[in-house]
Amino acid sequence: MSEQASGLLTVAVLVAALAAVHVPLGDYIARVFSSDKDLAVERAFYRLSGVNPQSQQRWSRYAVSVLAFSGVSVVALWALCTWQGRLPLDRGATMDWHTAINTAISFVTNTNWQSYAGESGASALVQTLGLAVQNFVSAAVGIAVAVALIRGLVARRTGLLGNFWVDLTRATVRLLLPIAFLGAVLLLAGGVIQDLAAPQVVETITGGHQTIESGLVSSQEAIKLLGTNGGGFFNANSAHPFENPNGFTNLVEIFLILMIPFSLPRAYGRLVGDKRQGYAVLGFMAFLWTSMLVVITWAEQAAAGSPTGAMEGKEVRFGVWSSALFATSTTATSTGAVDSWHESFSPIGGGGALTNMLLGEVGPGGVGSGLYGALVVAILAVFIAGLMVGRTPEILGKQVGRKEITYAALYSITTPALVLLGTGAALLVSGAKGAILATGPHGLTEILYAYASASNNNGSAFGGLSADQPYLNLTLGACMLLGRFLPIIAVLALAGSFAAQHRRPTTDGTMPTHTPLFAGLMVGVALLVTGLTFLPVLALGPLAEALS
Amino acid sequence: MATSSLTVGRQTLAALRVFLVLTVLLGVLYPAAVWGVGRVAFHDQATGSLIRHDGRVIGSSLIGQRFTGPQWFHGRPSATDYSGDASGGSNLAASDERQRAAVSARRNALSRFGGTPPPDALTMSASGLDPDISPAYARLQARTVAATRGLPVGTVQRLIDAATTGRAAGFLGEPRVDVLRLNLSLLRHTGEK
Repeated sequence: MSEQASGLLTVAVLVAALAAVHVPLGDYIARVFSSDKDLAVERAFYRLSGVNPQSQQRWSRYAVSVLAFSGVSVVALWALCTWQGRLPLDRGATMDWHTAINTAISFVTNTNWQSYAGESGASALVQTLGLAVQNFVSAAVGIAVAVALIRGLVARRTGLLGNFWVDLTRATVRLLLPIAFLGAVLLLAGGVIQDLAAPQVVETITGGHQTIESGLVSSQEAIKLLGTNGGGFFNANSAHPFENPNGFTNLVEIFLILMIPFSLPRAYGRLVGDKRQGYAVLGFMAFLWTSMLVVITWAEQAAAGSPTGAMEGKEVRFGVWSSALFATSTTATSTGAVDSWHESFSPIGGGGALTNMLLGEVGPGGVGSGLYGALVVAILAVFIAGLMVGRTPEILGKQVGRKEITYAALYSITTPALVLLGTGAALLVSGAKGAILATGPHGLTEILYAYASASNNNGSAFGGLSADQPYLNLTLGACMLLGRFLPIIAVLALAGSFAAQHRRPTTDGTMPTHTPLFAGLMVGVALLVTGLTFLPVLALGPLAEALS
Repeated sequence: MATSSLTVGRQTLAALRVFLVLTVLLGVLYPAAVWGVGRVAFHDQATGSLIRHDGRVIGSSLIGQRFTGPQWFHGRPSATDYSGDASGGSNLAASDERQRAAVSARRNALSRFGGTPPPDALTMSASGLDPDISPAYARLQARTVAATRGLPVGTVQRLIDAATTGRAAGFLGEPRVDVLRLNLSLLRHTGEK
């Protein structure tokens, strides 16, 4: 079988699996968040936590709950990272104070940017009790916020968005935990390790010595991908053979990344009582993912014609096709795990991964964040279409007025502002500039990639950047924090103001938001906003490099 | 104002309690359950797919090792020199001067084999621990290894075939040769170090 045939077949099997799973999984997600019943384990959980699952929250209290939970998480994780040396199982792992701040923010915001190396920076306790726990709950926070926005669209003048603690618990217990367990067992069967013993040093057949690492990798690997987190147990992330040993586990990992983001539109359609609404969002996401896959694969295939075969920074067992597929999926979501180094990709291949993030990660985007990002694009699309044809912009019977469009605009400008200001400022700071590995346009792309990754909560990197220094750790930490929670507050405020409205009946004058035309309009809006914002800097980075 | 700070205080307290309960569930019970499955059903994989020789562990079939000298098959260039407690790649772009220089130095070093070196021989892997080389790179080295060990090339080629793994399920990933397994089979075949 040729490389092309194998690559195309891999994509085909992945798409078929996603197509098969998104309907039942989406329906299941809709049931999880609309059910009146609590499981016995959840009731016990609410009693232990002192939460009243019956109480309904307005947007402001929902937001306070999100922020309180995330705040507690940041402080606890920072403390764990900082004092890991005084706790059991540390095996010499340490982090500087600024690395610990960066790491705590990174994992709580679902970014998983890593300025430490897993082998030497994080103890077994930090990995399992700290980072892996955030891999679950940061994903659950994203799903909860997306569900709150849907409830706002559905609510009839109640102003109520549900209960954050219930949504967090259900997303964790009913959705993430069971799938992660199955995923972890599959990865285990494929060769991913799950071991508590200390790393052992072995004598090799040539008389040398080699450390064989150990760790609770499989359990962390599954949720790292399922929750679109991306933080590797080891420095080489999903390129490390213990995280991703073969072509089978590679496909499982890509599937885990995409399964929830591509199922959420179905859940959305169910929850708003019109499945076609979900299809339009799904069409928008699938179009972006497919287009970027074509661009990145084409670029890497073209580069593979050279004597080095585009194999720098790629593993033999994955080759060019599977690496391009992984790179597309990890940057189209908020994952950021890598099975190959994006910095060694061709200019257009690496630039494609960068563009995926700059699009706001909506094709299909992270768990929850992808859906609420896409719905903000839909709101912008009805607003722009409404202006063009002179109709009152409406989505699902809710008016997009001054307040709503203000929140949507705030959402849309936050991350671009962070990316461009962060990149610009870093280029003026000699310490940050000195951290860049590459020269020329590739160097600009390297620093731009870092701020794009942090601000969009992706976490992948052009890994040549020596990011473990105070300036980069703190500014990238600020970008992750603001890039996560300002948009979340805007989305919840938007949900609150939708929830306070009546649901207007559809008339002949209502613009339908379920048609292919509307999905096309969403694509246009996403490309236009991203293009207007980022084309100049992309021209100076990856495009200049590709043309030189 | 009093109400809102009360809200914040109460929500923070709730957050703390939820956080602790979730940490026990997700940070202790869940990994322990997966670990249990590994112990019972996938012991070999869970502990690192270790390879034994003469009764002791000499490495993992998943982790590449450094081999030097003409009597061994060599793995790919590694940014971490195959030290198992670190991993990573060069992160150099093809356009980078340092990358061009490194590739051309590797090509010169490989010229002793004759023939065109395949891409994986000229480039660093992503992990620095890539256990595999392409079948083409193994074939390129076969003649030298066979001559050094005084073995027929056909025998060495048979050992290469035995250490070659096809695509998973016939289509996933790329065909590859596990260098450590191949070298171990050489050792077992010739019985010399």
